[in-house]
Amino acid sequence: MKQSQYMNPYLAGVLLGLLLLATIYVTGRGLGASGAIKSVTVAGVESIAVEHARSAKFYQEYSREHAGAPLKNWLVFEIIGVLIGAFLSGLVAGRLKVVTERGARVTSRTRLVSAFIGGILWGIGSQLGRGCTSGAALSGMAVMATGGILTMLAIFAGAYAFAYFFRRLWI
Amino acid sequence: MGPLVPNLISENLNYILALFIGIAFGAILEQAGFSSSRRLVGLFYGYDFTVLRVFFTAGIVAMVGVMTLDHFGLLDMNLVYINPTFLWSAIIGGLVMGLGFVIGGYCPGTSFCAAAIGKLDALALIGGALVGVLLFAEGYPLFEGLYKAAYLGSPRMYQTLGISQNLFAFVMVILALTAFAVASVVERKVNRLPAGARAWTPARVALVVGGLVLALSAFSFTDRKAELLSLVQDDKMVRSYPVEVMSVDEFAFRLMDEEDDKIQVIDFRAETEIARERLPKSYAFTVENLFEQEPSRLLRLRGKLNVFVANDELTERRMAVIAQELGFPRVQILDGGLQNFRRQILNFQPVRPPQDMYEQFTYRFRTKARRVIPELIRQNKQAVPVKQEKKRILDGC
Repeated sequence: MKQSQYMNPYLAGVLLGLLLLATIYVTGRGLGASGAIKSVTVAGVESIAVEHARSAKFYQEYSREHAGAPLKNWLVFEIIGVLIGAFLSGLVAGRLKVVTERGARVTSRTRLVSAFIGGILWGIGSQLGRGCTSGAALSGMAVMATGGILTMLAIFAGAYAFAYFFRRLWI
Repeated sequence: MGPLVPNLISENLNYILALFIGIAFGAILEQAGFSSSRRLVGLFYGYDFTVLRVFFTAGIVAMVGVMTLDHFGLLDMNLVYINPTFLWSAIIGGLVMGLGFVIGGYCPGTSFCAAAIGKLDALALIGGALVGVLLFAEGYPLFEGLYKAAYLGSPRMYQTLGISQNLFAFVMVILALTAFAVASVVERKVNRLPAGARAWTPARVALVVGGLVLALSAFSFTDRKAELLSLVQDDKMVRSYPVEVMSVDEFAFRLMDEEDDKIQVIDFRAETEIARERLPKSYAFTVENLFEQEPSRLLRLRGKLNVFVANDELTERRMAVIAQELGFPRVQILDGGLQNFRRQILNFQPVRPPQDMYEQFTYRFRTKARRVIPELIRQNKQAVPVKQEKKRILDGC
């Protein structure tokens, strides 16, 4: 296992923690990811099915809580940044490569399907949890929000509880 | 005082900042190895604890950092987004996400990182997540009951547990450090590596020292608000605390003097009481306001003299002690409180004929003030009270 090609995890953690702190200090909010996915979904529905978006409750509530176009959203800009930052980091480290990463015992096809299913679960779960690992768990922990910390515990508890059943995918 | 958005940094600049914050976020995640699903899920099979280390280090650093900023009055926690707590939704959503994690191999943030460096499985996960949100949106009537059940407001974990902020932070830091130690042992076992040498390399020393600093900080940066509020319950301390006192005559004179724009009266009475008798040059204030970003800016205005008033002098002193401990400049209190001011000025009745020149002048002045100030109060009645608008960011992840 070659660990040296990645940053020391504690150093990365401190940097990430300081970034999160700076973000909270400057903007009054933490980091996030699933919110951007939600914005993109809402924007898609609003442009394809205009009438539906106007009548269905979810979209009504979304537009009541978010002024302006769904894509003009803090997290959408942040995620565009994430894509750029990760790309640059991968470029510098020589890790840019089109590949399907999978466990030794599964085919690429299985891996892609399971990733897609995992994504669906993340989509639903992050709506219920009002945030994902970034927005609920990490940012929630930074401000000691009860809701965020509960979600964090539930994510890890769920992952450990179900890990055994899906071990074939990974080991 | 933070947060800088929206008062010091405009909404549009904030979007540009979001882009740069995202770049740093993506680069750190990628450098930490979060662009690999096998590394990420290693946490759940015990062969790679990178996620645990990065995640909890970041969590405790940011948590202690937020406490520190709060302690020094640099961050108004009333304006910071605190994730709301919907009990069942939070737990069930978390479990669903946990399942998604072991099946999908990424979480949303890391999937973006991985997709950016060419991982097709990450792209599939993002596609799935879009579909998942769509399913949630379309099935919203089904989910809504659960989604909105057991709403507990936006409490913070230490409040929920009923312990002090410091104790909670300290426990979290210790838990994280313990988890790091256990993780190293498990990782070696699972990967069948020989037990590591126990040498004190500079990196390990730095780690332990950093952990101790965090643990100590967690204890020393107290919740200043709670601390100050309990401090001023000690009457003896409050009475002996040096505070500049303004006499009722000077106060009356400066209220009447139209040229005097230096004085601002900070009125700590109840709002209903203020509404009945609004003093000239005054602002309605509460003890909460002293700790808040927008309102407290008023007290820092250059060259202004803040005279704290309340019905009794002890309340004035309490507020002045808090203000001075918080570092607000130029704070004075009104001698004897408004009770005294009413007795000596507004309802002035000479008890005896003036004994000397000084008393004669004082009497003459007070007689005039008794007439003029109620008139000023009447004129001031229409003035709009300073309302502090809270612009808390409401949009979560």
